[in-house]
Parts: sequence; structure tokens; C-alpha cells
Amino acid sequence: MSDNHGHGHGEHHGHGHDDHHHHQETFITKYVFSQDHKMISRQFLITAIFMAVVAMLMSTLFRLQLAWGEAGEKFAFINYMLGDKWGKDGVMDPNMYLALVTIHGTIMVFFVLTGGLSGTFSNLLIPYQVGARDMASGFLNMLSYWFFFVSSLLMFASLFVENGPASAGWTVYPPLSALAEAIPGSGAGMDLWLISMSLFVVSALLGGLNYIITVINLRTKGMSMTRLPLTIWAFLITAILGVLSFPVLLSCAVLLIMDRTFGTSFYLSDIFINGHPLDATGGSPVLFQHLFWFLGHPEVYIVLLPALGMASEIIAVNSRKPIFGYRAMIGSMLAIGFLSFIVWGHHMFITGMNPFLGSVFVFTTLLIAIPSAVKAFNYITTLWKGNIQFTPAMLFSIGLVSTFISGGVTGIILADSALDIPIHDTYFVVAHFHIVMGLSAILGMFAGVYHWFPKLFLRMMNKKLGYAHFWITFASAYAVFFPMHFLGLAGVPRRYYSNTAFPIFDNLMDINEFVSVAAIIGAIAQLIFLFNFFYSIFRGPKAPENPWNSTTLEWTNGVGHIHGNWAGKLPVVHRWAYDYSKPGKSKDFVPQTVPLEDGEHDGGEHD
Amino acid sequence: MIKFLVYSAILLGIIAATQLMRVFELASELKGTRHYEIKEADNRRNGKLMFWFMVTFMLFCFWQVIKYKDKLLPVAASIEGVELDWLLNFNFIIIWVVFIITNVLLFWFSYKYYGRDNAVAHYYPHNNKLEILWTTVPAVVLAVIIILGLKSWTTITAPADPNMRIIELYAKQFDWTARYAGTDNTLGGFSYKLITASNPLGVDANDPKTADDFTVKGEFHIPINQPVEFKIRSRDVIHSAYMPHFRQQMNAVPGMITFLHFTPTITSKRMKEITNNPNFEYLLLCNKICGASHYNMQMNIIVDTQEEFDAWLKKQKPNLSAAPATADAAEIKEGK
Ligand code: HEM
Ligand SMILES: [Cu+2]
Ligand SMILES: [Cu+2]
Repeated sequence: MSDNHGHGHGEHHGHGHDDHHHHQETFITKYVFSQDHKMISRQFLITAIFMAVVAMLMSTLFRLQLAWGEAGEKFAFINYMLGDKWGKDGVMDPNMYLALVTIHGTIMVFFVLTGGLSGTFSNLLIPYQVGARDMASGFLNMLSYWFFFVSSLLMFASLFVENGPASAGWTVYPPLSALAEAIPGSGAGMDLWLISMSLFVVSALLGGLNYIITVINLRTKGMSMTRLPLTIWAFLITAILGVLSFPVLLSCAVLLIMDRTFGTSFYLSDIFINGHPLDATGGSPVLFQHLFWFLGHPEVYIVLLPALGMASEIIAVNSRKPIFGYRAMIGSMLAIGFLSFIVWGHHMFITGMNPFLGSVFVFTTLLIAIPSAVKAFNYITTLWKGNIQFTPAMLFSIGLVSTFISGGVTGIILADSALDIPIHDTYFVVAHFHIVMGLSAILGMFAGVYHWFPKLFLRMMNKKLGYAHFWITFASAYAVFFPMHFLGLAGVPRRYYSNTAFPIFDNLMDINEFVSVAAIIGAIAQLIFLFNFFYSIFRGPKAPENPWNSTTLEWTNGVGHIHGNWAGKLPVVHRWAYDYSKPGKSKDFVPQTVPLEDGEHDGGEHD
Repeated sequence: MIKFLVYSAILLGIIAATQLMRVFELASELKGTRHYEIKEADNRRNGKLMFWFMVTFMLFCFWQVIKYKDKLLPVAASIEGVELDWLLNFNFIIIWVVFIITNVLLFWFSYKYYGRDNAVAHYYPHNNKLEILWTTVPAVVLAVIIILGLKSWTTITAPADPNMRIIELYAKQFDWTARYAGTDNTLGGFSYKLITASNPLGVDANDPKTADDFTVKGEFHIPINQPVEFKIRSRDVIHSAYMPHFRQQMNAVPGMITFLHFTPTITSKRMKEITNNPNFEYLLLCNKICGASHYNMQMNIIVDTQEEFDAWLKKQKPNLSAAPATADAAEIKEGK
């Protein structure tokens, strides 16, 4: 185990007055170009919240269109948000509808649930929970944030270009995304999308490498791999997935940039558009899909694993019990991580890919369900005979387990290639991935914010507002996405601007209205969160050292933000992270820093 | 002016909420309580909510099933579709069971074990037997699912019989064209370089196989109980030929020919009776985002009896041989 003497890196961060030493520091180095993991974590979080609000507003706009717009209703709100060009007289333009779903998906998947989730919590928790003074490289960490920032800025800016932002769906399949003649959004908007995503990949790689190195090298004395909290395992595996798969997205994007601007034909062949044939021959749109989903599938676990990791921690702390099956949890995350690289073809069963290849992907995909099931059972068993403390974070974590199951089971249907034939690209898929990935990850992110707010901002959030926020969010989330299964089973394709162009779906209109009402209620409930969050940053009551009676290291360093994280020596670890309600102890938790008693068994070791 | 009022109202709202919060917090500080600490009353309240959420959630799910089960797609109108529906229902039974058991346990435990002041949790870090159990049971169930699924998949995607009737589905922004292979049941060659206003599919008029081919738009006919093979092409971007009533779908990819085949088993007339809807039509929809009118790119499919179909066929005239050919012979692709 390496002791960490990395005191020198990271800018000084003088938040509290209890700092034991003082460096000269400017506003710029402290708040802007900070190399301190705690500040970078907050920067990621605030940026992600901004992006999430943008993406959420977009979803309310297209839900208005889906429920009432297509029936001829006009909305001043649509006109107000989209202007006369895209929302003339309160009626949404069909191209703008596609642009909205595209950017909504892109922002939510990449900027909120990848950049925001990993960026906030890997940054905050890795150094804290492994007992390090900061990330391995504070400088690269700072770069990671600023690449993310510029990338977010470009994505946001793309909303304002003349012909609208990228509109080919968040998966940007060419040729639609390659040809400006095919859809207006494939002009400058798509250029910005590609540049933004390329910078995003750079940010993800810089961050990911740092996380991996920090976990491997900077664990404090006594912190063996099998004593790491599951959060850290989740962040580690997530970072490895990202480092192995994001470069493929970059190549995927670079080839598309070449096709768009330099006349190559990696993805294009035999196309006639806008009254003339293109020169491109020999390329394959299917190649793009292979490259995209080679990242795309690991990506969904990059989104989910950090949330699961945080839920493991929060559920254990608040059940006052060790997480059930600690090693099985690690094993299943490793299995999920490995398998997630060999299942991408399940997004391509009916793209013209060889059916035999499809069969192989059916097999590997359904294998993933096994470790996923193990995790679900282990969470449930952790609650069993617990003494459950319903903090807002705990509520969100339980919600996460529920959505993880409810969305996961429909994956079994989709993974069955034969069954996927009629439901691929319908609302059933929309329901599946929003529940299993969107909801689980966003609930996990909220759980993380409520739980670690005291470490992020040194204050406490309001509990009652947290409860209200959870219950409205959770109920409306299911009310939004559960009915979509039926739309899918009725054969409603996704990405339709209107379902009334022909009569087949007329008797399903009431589902769309129900869903839109629930979505708007859910969106309004987020105001409770935003208020609670920003209010508490400035005026919340000061946080005590260990508000949730946790065992992990981040709760052992006093109440301020300290440069180097621990005022004196780094803490030494003597036990695993889950000694809750251990028989024979005076308190119902034993911090990792407390030495084992004579003859005491470390819970991390199997007996 | 209105904008200004709206903004001021929002601003005032935020200020009011902030002040209200402040008052509540000061009040609780005066009472000496820390309002973020979790009391037994909080646990009880949220535990009960967990219970009631479970009840409502399950009722909501069942209610949705009952409400919508008759509004979903009508009975499958192809041999393959019937098999898929059976498989789908079989899988649904399994996942409903898993969904109900796990969700109920989750919320039930949350309620039953809500924190009490004097309670102590049960220290229970692991149990190998249990973990082996819930690794192997899912594995066995999944094995069954995989075997049944792959069996259907291989039959449905098996190469078509060469005697099947061949119809080409040609996609472009934003409509479909069906090209019938004529009496020789072989499609003429084509090249995207041949596309003109009068030759929208780019067929090779000089190819003798083209001579008997014909195209239709708006709707196309197929006879009942005869397998058909569709060859699917696209002119510009990816589209997807989606025929929900037959439970069939395949992408249309520029530069490639993709295939699917099925055997329709219910005529359009009969389906109008089954669904009790005189306006019912089988549809070919586009199911891959393809541009502004993606949502409005469909074609009707008419399933006829053999006699009706023959009568319809007789009325169709070859309509492609007049198209002028201008492309290099080398660029023309076999219609096969
Ligand atoms: C039991 C585990 C799971 C299985 C068997 C499974 C299977 C599948 C399959 C086969 C598809 C493709 C469906 C289609 O396009 O027709 C799919 C879509 C998707 N899944 Fe899952 N899934 C599982 C869990 C997850 C998890 C845990 C996540 C995220 C954390 C996830 C995220 C997604 C996303 C984002 C898509 C849709 C992408 C798109 O087309 O836009 N899935 N899933
Ligand atoms: Cu996937
Ligand atoms: Cu289309």
C-alpha cells in the first residue's frame, strides 16, 4: 500500500478559516482554474445542473407537442422558447422537434449522466474515500473540467445556429447526419455537435486516466483493494470502461467529420439526394453503427455504474448494515464491465447485420442479466432486517433499485433478437432505457448530491424539501415512462413528430396526454430541488463532521475544506468500509480508521 | 411588458421562498432541533409511504395493462408474427413475475424495517448459499429464454426460398415505392446513377429482366398464405421498413440490399372484421429517423385472397422499360 505524500499538488483551497496553513491565492486559481478535486467536483456539478435544466426544458417542449401540439393546440410557450422561426404561432416545426429530441438525448446521456455524474462524484469521492490528498494529477484534472466546459458551451451554442442544432437523433446515424441536404440540422449544427463531442471525449479520457491512477496508486496505508468502498470500485470500473471505449467514439466521430468535410466515404455509398447522385461509393452506414455502439453500450454502464456504486454505499449506511455480498458486488460489476464490451450488436439486430452474428449478441447480452440480477438481490437483502434511516439520499437509492429492476427486465425482451424485430425503435425501447438508465442514473445522482452535499458545500440540505422532491419525482417518473411500454407494444415508432398523420394510433392519444401531464409535474418538482440546492449552498445549516454516521474516510477530516484533505497525517485504514451494527460494538458503526480488536475478523475477508 | 411582469413575479417568488425557508429554519433552531436529522417519525412516515407506493404502483401497472391490452396491435397477421407473439407472452410472464416479486420485496422491506430509535440492524454481510442460488436460478431461466428465442430467430431469418414472390421496397425521403418482379419473378438491375425524375428507382431499362417489372405507390397488394420476400433499398438515408401487424421490420440502408420474408395469414377484409374497424389498413411505416417527415412516410398493405390478388395483378402494366439509361454498364447492380 502506498502512502501518499502528494501534498504539493492542487491549489490551496481556503474555504474555511480553520486551515492550518495559508497560501497566496487569487480568485482565478481558487474558483476558476482550480486544481483541487473538491472545487473541480463542484464545477462539474454546477455545469451539469445547468445542462440538465436545458435538456429538461427541451423535453417539456416536445412533450407539449406530442400530447396537444399535434392535435392542433398552439402554445405561446413554444413560440416564446423557439421563436418565430421554429415555433411560428406556437406550432413546433418538425425539424425542430427532431433537433430537440437529439440534443435532449445528447445532453442527458453525455453531459449530465457521464460528465456530470462521474465528474462530480469520482472527483469528490476518489481522493476522499481512498485517503489521498488529491487526484494523481491536479493539472490534468483541471484540464478535464475545462474540456468538458468548452464542450458543453459548444453544444449549447449549437442551439443558436441558423439551421438549428444536430437533428439526426442522439446516435447521429449517417447518412442523415452526414448530409446537410438530408436535414437542416446536419449543417453547422452537426459540425458543432461533432467538435463538442470530440472535446468531450478528451475530457472523459483525461478524467478517467486520473481516476484509475489515483485509485491504483494513491490508496492510503491499509486501504487494500478489498477494503475499498463499493463507490470506488464502481468509479474505477467506470473509468476503465471509458478509457477503453471513448477513443472508439472519437474515431467514429472523426471519420464522420471526414465524410462531411473532406469528401471521403467511410459511411456513404450509392446515395442520390436533392436531385443529384453523390460521388461517394464503397462506404457503409453500418460501420458507423458498429463503431458507435462499441462505445454506446459500455457508455450505458458508464452512466449506470457510478449510480449503482453510490447506491451501494448509501443503502448500507442508511440500513445500518453491511452491504450484502460485498465480493459478489465487486464480481458482478467486473462481469458487467467485461460483458458490456461484447454486446453492442444488440442495437443492430435488424440493420442488415448477419443473423448469425445477431445470435451471438443475443447470447452475450442475456448473460449480462445474471450479474445484474445478483446486484438487485443483494440490494434487497441489504435492506432486510435493517434499521432503515430514510434520509432523502436513501429514498433516492431505493428508488434507483426499483427502476433498475423495472427497466432491466424489459431488456430481456429486447435482447431476444426475434422479439426485437417488431419492437426495435418503438416506444418500448424508449421506456426501457429511460427507466433502466435514465431514471436509475438520475436518481443515483440525486442520491449522491443529498448524501455528499455536506462534503461538497459544507452545509446540509433541507430534509423535508428533499422528501417532497423524491416522492413527486419518483411517482411522476414511473407515470411518464411506464405507459410508454404500451405505446411500443402498439407499434408506435419513436421520433415521430406526430402520431395523427394516419389513424392507426388514434386510440392511444390519451397515453400521450397522461405522459405529458406527468412529465410537466415531474419537471416542476425539480424546482424544489433547485431551490433547496442553491438555498442550502449559501444558507443551509453548517454540516457536522459525520452527519450520517458513516464509516468511510471522507467523514474523518473535520468540517472544513482542507487543502490536502487531512490536516495532519493521512488516515490509516484498518478494516473494510461496512462495519455497521457489528455485534459487540458500542456504536452501530465502526469507522475504517479504528483498529481491529484482538481476534476481530475484518468483514471484508470471507470466513 | 408581460415578459417584465413574468420575470418580476418569478424573482419575487424566489425571494419569498427564501425568506420562508429562513423563518422555518430559525423556528426549528429555536426549538433546539437540527432539521436535517432523521427522526423516528420521519422513518415511519417514509416507510409507510414506501408501502403505499408499492400498492399504488402495482395497481397502476395492472390498471394500465387492463386499460390498454385491447388497444395494442391486433392478432398477428403472419405465421411468423403468431410465433413471435407466443414467445413475447412467454417472456412477459417471466418478467412480470420477476418484476412483481423484486419490487414488492424492495418496498416491503423498506416499510417493515424502517428505523426505530432502539432497534439494531442484523449484521449479515454475506451468505454463499443464497448468492449461488440467485446466480444459478437466473442463469437457468435465461438459458431457456435464449434457446427459445434463438430457435425463432433462426427460422424467421433463414434465407428465403427462391420460389417466393419477390417485391422490392424502395425508400426515399419521404415515401415508399413497391417494385414487383413481374412474371419472371426477377427484378431488373438498377443504379443510383440512373435516377431521374422519370426513373425514380434508377432501374436499368435495358435489362431484359426489367421488361415485366412494375411499381406502385400508396398501397401494394400481397396474396394470403403465400410467402413473400421483400428486398429493401434506400435512395438517401437509412429508413426502416416496419410492418407492425405482421411483426416484421428491416432497415433500408443506402448502398445495401436488405431482406425479410413472411407469410400473411389474414386478409385486409377479415382484419377489418376482427378489429371491428371498417377503416383498418395494414401499414408499412418508416421506423428509422430520416428527416422532417419521418413521421409521415407510410404505405398501405392490402392482403388479398388469391383471386382478388390475381385480378389486381392483371390490371398492373409494366411501367419501367421506358426509362432512358445513361449510366455506365459497370455501375449497374444486379437486381437479384
Ligand atoms: C438486463 C439487462 C439489459 C438488457 C438485456 C438490455 C438489452 C437492451 C437491448 C437489446 C437494447 C436494444 C433495443 C432496441 O434498440 O431495439 C437496449 C437498448 C438500450 N439499453 Fe438496454 N439492456 C439492459 C440493461 C440496460 C442498462 C442497465 C442500461 C443503462 C444503464 C441500458 C441502456 C440502454 C439504452 C440507452 C438503450 C437504447 C439506445 C437507443 O436505441 O437509443 N440497458 N437494451
Ligand atoms: Cu446496449
Ligand atoms: Cu424514412
